[in-house]
Amino acid sequence: MKLELKGITKRFGSLVANDHIDLVVEPGQVHSLLGENGAGKSTLMNVLYGLYQPTEGTILVNDKPATFSGPGEAMASGIGMVHQHFMLVPVFTVAENVALGNESVGAGGLLNLSETRTRIRQISDQYGFDVDPDAIVEELPVGVQQRVEIIKALVRDAEVLILDEPTAVLTPKETDELLGIMGQLKADGKSIVFISHKLREVKAVSDVITVIRRGKVVGTAEPGASTTELASLMVGRSVSLTLQKAPAAPGEVTFSVRDLTVRAANGQHVVDGLSFDIAKGEILAIAGVQGNGQTELTEAIMGLQEHVSGSITLDGEELLGRSVRDVIKEGVGFVPEDRSVEGLVGTFSVAENLILNRYDEAPFARGLTMRPAVIEKNAQEKIAEYDVRTQSASAAAGTLSGGNQQKVVMAREFSRPLKLFIASQPTRGVDVGSIEFLHKRIVAERDGGTPVMIVSTELDEVLELADRIAVLYRGRLMGIVPADTSRDVLGLMMAGMHADEALAQATELQGGDQ
Amino acid sequence: MSTVTTAAPGRSAAPAGAVRSWKTPILLSVLAVVALLVFGAGAPRNNVTFRLSDPNDAIVLPDLVLPAVATGWLTAVMLAALAVLAVLAVRRGSAVPVWLVAVFAVLFLIGFLTWVVGSANNPNVALYGLLAGSVTLAVPLIFGSLSGVLSERSGVVNIAIEGQLLFGAFAAAVAASVSGSAIVGLFAAALAGVIVSFLLAVFSIRYIVNQVIVGVVLNVLVSGLTGFLFSSVLSKDAETWNSPPRLPVLSIPVLSEIPILGPILFEQTIVGYLMYIAVAVIYVALFRSRWGLRTRAVGEHPKAADTLGVNVNRMRFMNVLLAGVVAGVGGSFFTLVSVSGFGRDMTAGQGYIALAALIFGRWNPIGAFFAALLFGFATNLSNVLSLLGTPVPDQFLRMLPYVVTVFAVAGLVGRSRAPGASGIPYVKG
Repeated sequence: MKLELKGITKRFGSLVANDHIDLVVEPGQVHSLLGENGAGKSTLMNVLYGLYQPTEGTILVNDKPATFSGPGEAMASGIGMVHQHFMLVPVFTVAENVALGNESVGAGGLLNLSETRTRIRQISDQYGFDVDPDAIVEELPVGVQQRVEIIKALVRDAEVLILDEPTAVLTPKETDELLGIMGQLKADGKSIVFISHKLREVKAVSDVITVIRRGKVVGTAEPGASTTELASLMVGRSVSLTLQKAPAAPGEVTFSVRDLTVRAANGQHVVDGLSFDIAKGEILAIAGVQGNGQTELTEAIMGLQEHVSGSITLDGEELLGRSVRDVIKEGVGFVPEDRSVEGLVGTFSVAENLILNRYDEAPFARGLTMRPAVIEKNAQEKIAEYDVRTQSASAAAGTLSGGNQQKVVMAREFSRPLKLFIASQPTRGVDVGSIEFLHKRIVAERDGGTPVMIVSTELDEVLELADRIAVLYRGRLMGIVPADTSRDVLGLMMAGMHADEALAQATELQGGDQ
Repeated sequence: MSTVTTAAPGRSAAPAGAVRSWKTPILLSVLAVVALLVFGAGAPRNNVTFRLSDPNDAIVLPDLVLPAVATGWLTAVMLAALAVLAVLAVRRGSAVPVWLVAVFAVLFLIGFLTWVVGSANNPNVALYGLLAGSVTLAVPLIFGSLSGVLSERSGVVNIAIEGQLLFGAFAAAVAASVSGSAIVGLFAAALAGVIVSFLLAVFSIRYIVNQVIVGVVLNVLVSGLTGFLFSSVLSKDAETWNSPPRLPVLSIPVLSEIPILGPILFEQTIVGYLMYIAVAVIYVALFRSRWGLRTRAVGEHPKAADTLGVNVNRMRFMNVLLAGVVAGVGGSFFTLVSVSGFGRDMTAGQGYIALAALIFGRWNPIGAFFAALLFGFATNLSNVLSLLGTPVPDQFLRMLPYVVTVFAVAGLVGRSRAPGASGIPYVKG
């Protein structure tokens, strides 16, 4: 099936999310849409899928104009979509999810799921999905849930499959498997629209690459193009993808974690017997797939978790059992993983958010009153220093873009002398330009002699920042390895293999290739 | 209450040294001590008679006569043993098994009944009447909670059950009085429920007003409106407006003669039979039909349903209207079955108890049915006990249903999980 978008424009009020976008997807082709967060990729796909109506422009299916008033009509035309946030009902079985909206009904309006089950098994066998139709979706690993989404589209005879940031939630191994599945689908004559901002993956699978920036198509590229070329096309200026940082000069060890165990309410050990040290002036990156205990680890250090045992010491002081306020006063800076919910108060102004950790101290407070003039002046300085793009210091923090929100959080945490800096997902959802800036700030903090702990699920970021890498799997430490460890080894560790085994297996594989 | 942490998929069951919850064993131990002191040490020195069937029945079962002291001590000791088992289970690191709590509840009930009836001036109670009366009193609660199931499973919180019941009761009384037919009253009640539901649906779905607030406002509106009409019209000429004929009791021959169960299942009015049918039909439809699948999808993850071409808000609208039909019919119970005639605010908060039954029954029609039965039993028990003349003050007895409600909803529910999108309006985009 050939799909063509002609002059698609989508406006939300005064905001132009898509500006006269032209795109042609040929049958049996993987067409990548590359662009930063907020460039308008998802909006464009939602227009194509009938979730939004275009303000201007037409969609052509096999050279015939088509309008989709809803996803139902888009699906009927052979368009299927796997959303970034899965559209699966968590408490339903796989079969129920697949059948929904397209149910076969027997006598008396009762559901007949056996037909759906058969179709699921068929597709599952054909592509090697290994999906049980009767499993409850919320109990499945993320990678399998994604396959359920693909099955949903295939059951509806999709000819064009839109994959919106499909690798964001996957382990490196799962990502490889997904890229393999995309190859199979392509071989079957399906077209795939692959949306991503990860250059490596885009280069690996694409036939054609279209780059979008600020709602406009800024160019097309061959998969052979170099990553720097693609990156500068995406950002609109030349960016250095590799961070220039001096080798670490670790000093004395001031931060130690011993036998740290965190239990969830149901008794599961979400962090299981962790022990590690961080020295002054080094960055320890905690790698691992989302949900393997990273959140609980950082929260345990900050005093945000119940049911914690073990020991956490900073400069010889025990942090465990102290209140969050105490931990902050000890000199721990913390960038939580979800800036909009935990890092900022969205309805407060930028200026207020910049002093959330010091609002009751001089010079921002005097007695019972706060001093707006001082707070405002502080805000102006930080906004200039961190290049925060905001209309004013009194704008609500929630109105800023992701990257600028993150700069506000970082500016606040770096605004006082630190004995330990912890950042969870410091650059998630942040544009490439800001990533560069934020990474430089983190390295500067390290060079100033602060122990730094970075939690990231993005392997690229881990490799970029780390002086040493600790890999977490199901709350356990798979080992701490040097920063120059290969992606393959890290991938195996993230899937639950201990460092030495992973190293041995990776070497063996490499040997086999040669 | 407790922190919920995201677990990595596929992680296995709780390892040793789990976070223990001592709530259940502590509660059970306290109750066991109460049982030892009150049912055992404080037992009245006489025999307690439970009558199992009416002397006029076709099959007459002999009366059950229990010595209060022995029964009291026996139940109390067994309760204490169960409490110890619960403590041991938690010490081992596992949860208190459900059967243990269930057996405990039944034993406690037997002990309590023996004690309280034995302490009465007349230690003699008709058990068959107590049970049949519980079901009768539970009828409006069951309709109310089924209405809640329909509405909340599709994602709309239905606080307006109280208003739907009251307006149904009012409409049934007026329509039946004017037409002279109780069946007309029944239809009028359903319509009245739909009217309240329509307002709930328009405001909460179309205009995205907070669902809880709309529900409460509707309850107050219906209370005020029916109260005004009652004093200005109904009580002025009760002959014309407020003397509805009652729905006849339809006994099914032979089956209604079965001891104890017969009167409960086969000696009901149309409303009573409709109640049993509604529970079964709604249960099957919700979990086995296309409509049910879509309803649950819309209530759990509306966006997922939308991306598959299901019209979320239409689905919700229809469900809320249907909920109105069910609650309206339940309201007719008050004026066509229970008493003959409408009284100001006669539903007396039953709609809220129905809401509690919905939660206690975990948003499941059958669960809600049994939860409502429990609350009906508590209400009827307080009625029967006050007639027997127990030493417990009347006011405390009348608190019983509400105390049971609070304990049931707060303590014994465990992890009751509401539909994911209940109370959250769906806005596209």
